[in-house]
Amino acid sequence: MFYREAGDFSTTYPQDSQTFPIRFDRYRYYAVLVIAFAVVPFIINDYWLNAIFLPFLIYSIAAIGLNILVGYCGQVSLGTGGFMAVGAYSCYKFMTGVDIWLMGADGQMIQYALPPINIFFSVILAGLVTAAVGVLFGLPSLRIKGFYLAVATLAAQFFLVWLFNKWEWAYNYSASGQINAPTRGFLGVDVTGPATEAWATYLFCLMFVIGSAVLARNLTRGSVGRKWMAIRDMDIAAEIIGVNPLRAKLSAFAVSSFFVGVSGALFFSVYLGAVEVGEAFGIQKSFLVLFMIIIGGLGSIFGSFAGAAFMVLLPVLLKNTLVGTLGWPTDLAAHIEFIIVGALIVVFLILEPHGLAQLWRVAKEKLRLWPFPY
Amino acid sequence: MMPDQLLFAMEVTLNGLMAGVLYALVALGFVLIFKASGIFNYAQGVMALFAALTLVGIMDGQVPFSHLINAMFGTDIHDFGWHVPAVLAIALTMVLMVGFAWLVNRLVLRHLVNQEPIILFMATIGLAYFLEGFGDIMWGSDIKKLDVGLPQGLNAFIDDTTYGWFGYGFFIDNLDIVATVIAALLVTGLVLFSQYTKQGRALRAVADDHQAALSVGISLNFIWVLVWSVAGFVALVAGIMWGAKSGVQFSLSLIALKALPVLMLGGFTSIPGAIVGGLIIGVGEKLFEFIAGPALGGATENWFAYVLALLFLVFRPQGLFGEKIIERV
Amino acid sequence: MKLKLATLALAGAMTAAVPAMADLVFPSLSYRTGPYAANGIPFADGYADYLTLLNERDGGIGGVPIKMLECETGYNTEKGVECYESTKGEGALVYQPLSTGITYQLIPKATADGIPVHSMGYGRTSAKNGKVFPFIFNYPANYWDGASIAVKHLLDLNGGDIAGKKVALVYHNSAYGKEPIRTLEELAKKHGYELSLLPVDHPGQEQKSQWLQIRREKPDYVLMWGWGVMNQVAIQEAANIRFPMENFIGIWWSGSENDVLPVGDGANGYKALTLANPGMDYPIYDALKTYVYDKGMAAGAGDQAGTVLYNRGMYAAMLAAEAARKAQELSGVAQIDAGMMRDGMEALAITEARMTELGLPNFGPEFAVTCENHGGSGLGKVQQWDAATGKWNVITDWIESDKSIIDPLVLEDSAAYAAENGITEGCN
Repeated sequence: MFYREAGDFSTTYPQDSQTFPIRFDRYRYYAVLVIAFAVVPFIINDYWLNAIFLPFLIYSIAAIGLNILVGYCGQVSLGTGGFMAVGAYSCYKFMTGVDIWLMGADGQMIQYALPPINIFFSVILAGLVTAAVGVLFGLPSLRIKGFYLAVATLAAQFFLVWLFNKWEWAYNYSASGQINAPTRGFLGVDVTGPATEAWATYLFCLMFVIGSAVLARNLTRGSVGRKWMAIRDMDIAAEIIGVNPLRAKLSAFAVSSFFVGVSGALFFSVYLGAVEVGEAFGIQKSFLVLFMIIIGGLGSIFGSFAGAAFMVLLPVLLKNTLVGTLGWPTDLAAHIEFIIVGALIVVFLILEPHGLAQLWRVAKEKLRLWPFPY
Repeated sequence: MMPDQLLFAMEVTLNGLMAGVLYALVALGFVLIFKASGIFNYAQGVMALFAALTLVGIMDGQVPFSHLINAMFGTDIHDFGWHVPAVLAIALTMVLMVGFAWLVNRLVLRHLVNQEPIILFMATIGLAYFLEGFGDIMWGSDIKKLDVGLPQGLNAFIDDTTYGWFGYGFFIDNLDIVATVIAALLVTGLVLFSQYTKQGRALRAVADDHQAALSVGISLNFIWVLVWSVAGFVALVAGIMWGAKSGVQFSLSLIALKALPVLMLGGFTSIPGAIVGGLIIGVGEKLFEFIAGPALGGATENWFAYVLALLFLVFRPQGLFGEKIIERV
Repeated sequence: MKLKLATLALAGAMTAAVPAMADLVFPSLSYRTGPYAANGIPFADGYADYLTLLNERDGGIGGVPIKMLECETGYNTEKGVECYESTKGEGALVYQPLSTGITYQLIPKATADGIPVHSMGYGRTSAKNGKVFPFIFNYPANYWDGASIAVKHLLDLNGGDIAGKKVALVYHNSAYGKEPIRTLEELAKKHGYELSLLPVDHPGQEQKSQWLQIRREKPDYVLMWGWGVMNQVAIQEAANIRFPMENFIGIWWSGSENDVLPVGDGANGYKALTLANPGMDYPIYDALKTYVYDKGMAAGAGDQAGTVLYNRGMYAAMLAAEAARKAQELSGVAQIDAGMMRDGMEALAITEARMTELGLPNFGPEFAVTCENHGGSGLGKVQQWDAATGKWNVITDWIESDKSIIDPLVLEDSAAYAAENGITEGCN
């Protein structure tokens, strides 16, 4: 009926290969952007921000990053938590001013501190640092495949968490090893620290989300993305047709880790404000993000968003229903939440192994034919 | 007289071997299921927790779901007031684990035949979540003391003997010795079972080639239930061993993480691999902590096991005893 | 219990409809699930039961009924933030998250929102300095006090001289476990003992290496900063290597029944610090029985009464209620808000007479909070486990921490925080 492509004619190649070739899709996309930028900031409050929007936006970036690696390049990684930690700690160092210790002439260590960098650039730089670390831990992927690789990436997870727990320089020698985000502003508005406005942090994160999505979308449909997919589908065959597996795999690790690092940086600086590495970036985080992309759909940018929304919303929704509305004791509710989340994951995988993105695709197909299916 | 450091290193090595056996116990469960169905069963750790919780619950005569029942109906019941002997309780727990295996097969795996490995892996994580919540709601989340009569503590005989030899008594935990014996029995039993019984041979046939096995009339359903039951049994044994050390509580499920490097090293498909891998990881991480721990500030074990396995894989990508994968285009 | 569910549901529905603040709201960020559930449950039960008692017996505080909002954090900071955000709008008076991680999270947020946080014996130690942390309280004692009290106990055992003794610290490798290190190092300089550090990673299921090292190096004393399963395993391993248990001392978070019971007889003689007395020999338990247990209103499974952590939860609730009472007195308003609550906490003085009046004679230390000192008196006792009777016995009187070491450290750390966050000192 209203969802159709009749009358949509592509007269140029760019038109034909655009992200949203159907006009209705395109308008819907613009409408979402308008709501996200022009409506939500005016109605958002602290609860919605901290319980729903910030985790959703930040996990979306992480999910996009992991999806590039797992969904597009076929390299299963369980090191997401560790890479987020790299992002968080490097962001902390950049925003407080990186200090370098050099041996002076008299044998004394002298501290040189760079000036603190603006939070926006700190986040980007944190992503770049994480990309470098990601490439390093991606090297074994040239030899190891499948589950062996998945378990091998756990080495990154555990090592990085241990490192940031131990390496005093990384947390500026604080007594407890916690890092705290000081107040920092972007364009004159505070986005980190205790006294931030809900709309400011929301818009700051949204900006990164949109940027990441556009970047990821354009990378995955270009030659880089096609190389990744060739490697995913069959690496030997890809090699024969001229894809360099070294470059393809490592570039996937780099790009993926960049996004994951950015999300880790935002997670620490904007969302939580204080972080302890073992607790915030433990192995649970790696599994959580992997869940998001599997529930959402491997190899789909939309799927990353859908999966993040699902995994962030579901527990909050369940908790509010069971405890808030039904008035159950909190512990029973928490146990039942576990049971329901677990069962839903299984049910989902049985009903639609390709995730929410596939459901969405099927729904669109149906809508195109509705009300006259053949 | 030997230098102290060497003696210490020997003691650490021995203890590493023992710890390795405990890791291998957990890894065995993974291998069994992976071999028979190609599923990387992340829920193995939670199965160990669930089995141990059930065992303690039955032994102490706890009423299952008592908290839920009390909350729903305003009653105040906690236990039946009886005490079940350990052997009977273990048997009952096993019945429950078989029932669980059957349910998993019936409700989950059947519907996921022919899916990609990662989807199956994710399904088992879903299963792990489910079982975690279910176990807690069934038996409560307090710490339970597991006492099936296993000896614990310093083995005086080894302490005295080594003291006589070297002037320094080695510490070996009695529980570790028991675990080693039980692990040896378990592996022997598994090998005998898979070599000399009809079901065992069918199991190996399925592991070799699903379709060929189907075509000669082996029931995949039966084999999967069987293998999940055996894995449930292995989980129970591991749960008892670890539960005796630390009490039965939530963190028991995290022992799965200790088994993963063992799997990488030994190969996902090899039972001897799990044992040898466990020993190497156990000795490796303990020795590394002994040698480099003080310089690095300690607590290196968690990551070193993985790094060791990773380094190993770079040279032998299919693990120690894993099957070489031949790829064709 | 059924009745309770119904009332809870009703209360939930009513507050949803009328967000007006007709009650004194005490949020309880508890954890009854997850890896630390066994420790979280008794604390939450004690906290809830005491508040229920006040409601049932006295009709609340100063005639205003108490509403406790329980929110499950699972010891997870993200869920903690969600809980904080969802309860702060309901007029929350004071937060007690029972997690060092969540406390660090809440320090800037709660300060900005003007809601006090009471981290009793955990959290950020330097929050003791009320000039820098106006909304954060950690009375009656903090981790650094704990470290000092433990060392003082060692001094008492050795006639005041522990020079040359070897002391090992087994600690949870996290913000919580690292807290005492600085203090212990400073104290080592003062008293001349040798300190060695043995971190244990979360969750602490496997500690063979650490305890083999202890067996090799034979320290005279072992101190422990553990939580959750790490405690049982450490005590078990100590018993295994036949370490003399009376030389093994845990912080107050490593000294509950949960930690020693699974070990059985081997745990006999293990010592731990305590903030308040264990056991049920207090008049308040009669009141609890009449007004709470017998009416079937006990929180949770109702089987935790008298345990160390239950008593501590009750103690935390008692301190909160007393502070609220003080706040009502100061402001002259029965329906206080978070700001008045803060003033009440800052003017809180706990005396022996008052504790006796409340049915808790000789239960906790006497202390008074001031604007400069949010940390109380820094007193603690040592208790020892008797496996035969299955009871903790308090074996010392109140021990006071060494303020000459701790106060400069507190000032230094809080000054660093103030500089980092551009805070000007208050209390002038």
